[in-house]
Amino acid sequence: MAIDEGVVKHVAHLARIELQPGELEKLSRQLQSIVDFIDKLKKLNIEGVEPTSHILPISNVLRPDETRESLSTDMALMNAPCRKGNFFSVPKAIE
Amino acid sequence: MEYEPVIGLEVHVQLKTKSKAFCGCSTEFGKEPNSQVCPVCLGFPGSLPVLNRVFLDYAIKVALALNCTVQEKHKFDRKNYFYPDLPKNYQISQYDLPLSKKGYLDIVVGDKTKRVGINRVHMEEDAGKLIHEEDTSLVDFNRTGIPLLEIVSEPDMNSPEEAYEYLTFLKSVLGYLDVSDCDMEKGSLRCDVNVSLRPKGVLALGVKAELKNMNSFKGTKDALVFEIRRQEEILREGGKVIQETRLWDAKLSETFSMRVKEEAKDYRYFPEPDLAPFIISAQKLEEIKKNIPELPRQKLERFVKDFCLSEGSAKILVGIKKDADYAQSCIESWEGKDKKPVVNWLIGPLLFEANKRKCGISDLNIPGGNIELINLIKSAEEAKISNLAAKGVLSESLDTAKLAREIILEKNLYQVSDTESLDKIAEEIIKGNPKSVMDYKQGKANAIMFLVGQMMKKSNGKANPIVARDILKKMLTDGG
Repeated sequence: MAIDEGVVKHVAHLARIELQPGELEKLSRQLQSIVDFIDKLKKLNIEGVEPTSHILPISNVLRPDETRESLSTDMALMNAPCRKGNFFSVPKAIE
Repeated sequence: MEYEPVIGLEVHVQLKTKSKAFCGCSTEFGKEPNSQVCPVCLGFPGSLPVLNRVFLDYAIKVALALNCTVQEKHKFDRKNYFYPDLPKNYQISQYDLPLSKKGYLDIVVGDKTKRVGINRVHMEEDAGKLIHEEDTSLVDFNRTGIPLLEIVSEPDMNSPEEAYEYLTFLKSVLGYLDVSDCDMEKGSLRCDVNVSLRPKGVLALGVKAELKNMNSFKGTKDALVFEIRRQEEILREGGKVIQETRLWDAKLSETFSMRVKEEAKDYRYFPEPDLAPFIISAQKLEEIKKNIPELPRQKLERFVKDFCLSEGSAKILVGIKKDADYAQSCIESWEGKDKKPVVNWLIGPLLFEANKRKCGISDLNIPGGNIELINLIKSAEEAKISNLAAKGVLSESLDTAKLAREIILEKNLYQVSDTESLDKIAEEIIKGNPKSVMDYKQGKANAIMFLVGQMMKKSNGKANPIVARDILKKMLTDGG
């Protein structure tokens, strides 16, 4: 897959990353080499190999349905950039 | 040209676990904002989610009840997007290996059964709640991380009524399984609708609109009626429907465009590294299957078969489990082979009283229980008291906690059927209404009903109308 600057711009926008001048070219190059590396997998015969979704050979990690103490509201809101009453306050999200 | 609507529903339902999906915070509704939050559901760095065992069990239960194939192995994925109600900037959801796929739900529309396909049932977590003010939005994360099931139907529905019945039957199944409150007003059941139109007979789908913001089943139906009409007008004028999300405004009874620039959805799903996959053994499935009660569809079929009900009547009775169980016990207490009298009472006066009291028929607590109810129905059936009087007795019995038979005696409601006393009344009525008598004799058969009515009035509603009619007929024909 070819990574052009358009792809990098799109991904940066999706991740809400503001690119500095010069970064676009540099990141395109770096991302291309990562993708090229991964493309090597395409050359391998992976028939019968199950896709990896988790790196550890474990499954079914569960907890009982029991409640535990939550944070206090003040603690939860302590680092909020803006607080209103017991809410987090953010710029209006709809028009 | 005739158009056919194609409708698919995506239902999100909160499961009523005590704690959240991946942390120990309480799921209780209506608490102080941000009082049920912790590092896990707030997405603090270094915190780790662990799946709630009951969430998984409930999810499997629902998947099986909707006839889905539960996959042997499933996993969670991160769905990435930015929105203030999503503290981690991703939602833990399921993408390519969901819990279950390919099921169906049978619904009854009118008196006909229709099978609606279920594409998938998967697990995910709820987002927080936003309250929009003048120029800020307030965020409450108590809802963040509450267990959600996403139930996606196939686009198998072709009318607002079918969508409505699908929701009703789905809620009924979830109620039987006792896994959710399914309260649309509280938001524990939410529904997004995809709807498009195509010329009848054409297979290819038209351009769809997605409808959101409905807060009741009726609202969903109304939104569909409006939207189908809107799209049809556009198509008839040769226009094109735009693919967009539209919000339902219940006050104005119309849908309107959200007017947001919709980029192609690009959620960049990838496996959730914090959660290991889940493997469901056949033994686990069997265990859960055993705990699934008789479901509304099976109950409906059994009622139709055992009690000779129409699907329409059976549908009314099976919706809520405890009411269905109650109805069954009443029907079984009725000795006659023909169960119609008791069924008509269940879906007639009893349902009426229950609706009036905003409860189910099993919550009515009829004084004296089943026996008293059955005797009351029998009295009406045998015309010992009039139907109208019997309905009044039921209502009064519920209001005053008096036994039905006490009320009947107290008010002296037993119908008079003995001919001697009715003869007397009939004579008086005939004397007092010469015009109607003349009408009848001149061939106006209806005139007799007026005279019967007069007899009823005279006897304070106690005359047995059938006997009264016969007596009048006889007197008038015998040349009286």
